[in-house]
Amino acid sequence: MAGRTKKRRIQPLDVVVLGAVVALVGYVAYRVDTVLVYTWDWGVVPTYLFRWDEETGSLIPNLLMKGLATTIRISIWSMVFASAIGLVLGVARTRRRLFPRLVSWAYVEFIRNIPPVPFLFLFYFFISSQIIPLLQIDAMLNRASPGTLAVLEVLFGPANLMTNFVSGTISLSMMAAAYIAEIVRAGIQSIPRGQYEAGESIGLSNLSVMRYIVLPQAIERVVPPLAGQFITLIKDSSLVALISIQELSFLAMEIAISEQRFFEVWIVTGFMYFIVCYSCALAFGRLEARMGAHRR
Amino acid sequence: MTETKHAAAEETVMIRMEGVNKWFDDFHVLQDIDLTVRLGERVVVCGPSGSGKSTLIRCINRLEEHEAGRIVVDGIELDDDTKHIAEIRAEVGMVFQQFNLFPHLTVLQNCTLGPIKTRNMSPREAEALAMEYLEKVRIPEQAAKYPSQLSGGQQQRVAIARSLCMAPKIMLFDEPTSALDPEMIKEVLDVMIDLAESGMTMICVTHEMGFAKTVADTMIFMDGGQIVETGPPDQFFSTPKSDRTKLFLSQILSH
Repeated sequence: MAGRTKKRRIQPLDVVVLGAVVALVGYVAYRVDTVLVYTWDWGVVPTYLFRWDEETGSLIPNLLMKGLATTIRISIWSMVFASAIGLVLGVARTRRRLFPRLVSWAYVEFIRNIPPVPFLFLFYFFISSQIIPLLQIDAMLNRASPGTLAVLEVLFGPANLMTNFVSGTISLSMMAAAYIAEIVRAGIQSIPRGQYEAGESIGLSNLSVMRYIVLPQAIERVVPPLAGQFITLIKDSSLVALISIQELSFLAMEIAISEQRFFEVWIVTGFMYFIVCYSCALAFGRLEARMGAHRR
Repeated sequence: MTETKHAAAEETVMIRMEGVNKWFDDFHVLQDIDLTVRLGERVVVCGPSGSGKSTLIRCINRLEEHEAGRIVVDGIELDDDTKHIAEIRAEVGMVFQQFNLFPHLTVLQNCTLGPIKTRNMSPREAEALAMEYLEKVRIPEQAAKYPSQLSGGQQQRVAIARSLCMAPKIMLFDEPTSALDPEMIKEVLDVMIDLAESGMTMICVTHEMGFAKTVADTMIFMDGGQIVETGPPDQFFSTPKSDRTKLFLSQILSH
């Protein structure tokens, strides 16, 4: 690395560009301040992040932090399910047989060409009326021992909101799966034919060729777009506020309305999303660097 | 008694192709191919590019499908039965022009993948076996590296070791030295000569005529999808029967 010290000195042009950016930001801030008759009051926000609990005598997370926790939970579970579904669909899309290809194609095109909002509203009715009763979550929660319940609450959030949480996760997973399927397909198709032939010539079955040779290389190649998709998924999780999933955006909206403090609440909320998404981006950056070991 | 047994072994047919035909759309790439390869026979196939040499050997382990005629490998009929295809592939090793090593696996893992996944070998057994063959191709010290860290010649030798780990009865070579820098050709040919001397049944598509003269039992010249000439190397090189063979040989031997 040390050998590759490119010229990183600040050039005159950099100063000009930087100056222009600062000037623009300053101008916008000034305009907002003069045009907008708005009295800033950041006082309410911290209490929605954490509040003092009189009973236990300690700080406990309040609505915004709880919403953030739900957002993180729903994002992680959606990533898991969307990846699984997307992987299967992506592989199906590259098969020679018509049926798997057709199913995958239909799914991807259906999801991809409907905007998320109509999809969420329409699909939510189906999930909440058909799938949720089938899963019998409430019955299961009633039977669960306090120990299991505690574990479940860590994994899926508060018990009273769990059905709500599951609907959100299913909707979000189904949307993201279509995009992940396309990324996986592109990855698989980028693997040269010689790799399949080499695998077949040493006697591996089609499934083994896929599993041990093609997929590991394909996934590695698509880590960057996959990271982008995961970040999109975290941001898109704010859409499930529309179907009353009580995640960060939903709660932020409620607080913003009840306190009449739109700018403060939304700025803080946006910043919270930024921290989560940027952490995700950093994590994927490191993963990418680690996976490229054999390309040295 | 022993003599007749020996004679019988000599006659064991490993590959039999009868009236094999194949088309790529309108292009008749293989025309009425008849070919018999006996146990331990070393066949070298040459011919101009586009003559169907590669396609011929790729049909033997079903990387290409023949559309007419019969192919029987070690008594197994090559048809659409996936079990037969798997049996044949287990007996036939192949080395490619572009090596086709698995870039995400180390040299050792390249060699052990097949034995572990298809022969249910334990990783330890497979590694011991792989090291044995990596020594045979003279690069045991590279076992822990990734293919991209090796030279072309080294990669091709790994590819040979990877095939040998499956204990094949037949080895197919598809222009194994064509993608190599000149100074690396010899190290690969040396390994192939060792292999030929060990009694392996081999079909090599190659333009290395020195190698052909050294190891071949049978020379085959292909042109336009047909086998134009077949014969032992001394006769093939000194007194070729067909004009097309003469022309081809004069072109590649003139330098």
